[in-house]
Amino acid sequence: MALTDWLLALHVLAAFAWIAALVLYSVLIAALWRAALPSDVVRLFRVSRVGDALTAVGMIGTIVFGIWLAFDEYEIWDGWIIAALVLWIVAAAVGSRTGAAYKEVSDRASALVADGRDVPSPELSALARTQRGLVLHAAGSLLTLAILVVMVYKPGA
Amino acid sequence: MEFPLLLHILGASILVGGLITALSLQLVGWARETPGGAAMLARLGFLSLLVLALPGWILMRVGAQWIWSEQGWDDVPEEPAWLGIGWITGDLGGLLILIALILAGVGARRLRKSGGTTSGLIRSATVLTAITLIAYVVTVWAMSAKPD
Repeated sequence: MALTDWLLALHVLAAFAWIAALVLYSVLIAALWRAALPSDVVRLFRVSRVGDALTAVGMIGTIVFGIWLAFDEYEIWDGWIIAALVLWIVAAAVGSRTGAAYKEVSDRASALVADGRDVPSPELSALARTQRGLVLHAAGSLLTLAILVVMVYKPGA
Repeated sequence: MEFPLLLHILGASILVGGLITALSLQLVGWARETPGGAAMLARLGFLSLLVLALPGWILMRVGAQWIWSEQGWDDVPEEPAWLGIGWITGDLGGLLILIALILAGVGARRLRKSGGTTSGLIRSATVLTAITLIAYVVTVWAMSAKPD
């Protein structure tokens, strides 16, 4: 197998890891809306660590192997590659803000459990149903879908 | 040609994402859990297989068949290895997902009724989910690297 084949395979695997993280977060966000107890919220955030690892591997892998491939196989200034790079940067910024929105929920749930107050909390429920976090997550998912569409259709290539 | 490929890749991504989500939930539930926590994680693991992995598999498989027909692969006398890997893991994986789905669903239901913290059915579903996920990761590598 040539180096380009390996680069493409690693790039695609990284993209799968990134999308898998978004799928996992979607399930956890939906579950957060129904979680009644702070300990349930803590449990869900324990699962989210898998998503954090997948996001790191996925985002770093797609950009590193993607740029390497662009130099090896295409031209870095091709319109579709520039578009994908811009979308990647915006998606990274949106993802970072999404993480910050949900960190507040995780911190509050952990504090309640540590205080021995593992009972339904209206304050925590309101935090967990954050509209801001939901909108940011949806935006991040749409941006990732847009990158996938650009990668498949390669407009202008 | 691009749309069937998009459908195939999108379906495969959702499939792998659904399997990773289900496996993560099942593994956290496998660890020492309270009865309520174990039931919640088991139910979510089952739902991840049902509403993500299974529809993702269907999208992936429809896209694959569409590409196969459009590119005229049925006229090729000898299939390349990567395509063979794709067919085998694709169809066998679908069967494994169905079995895991049934085990996870029955296990989650029993766990909720019994108030227990563990279930042999859910553990079996976890093992099947893990095997299917590994097979699909190898398939993603084979379909993208296309080894001889």
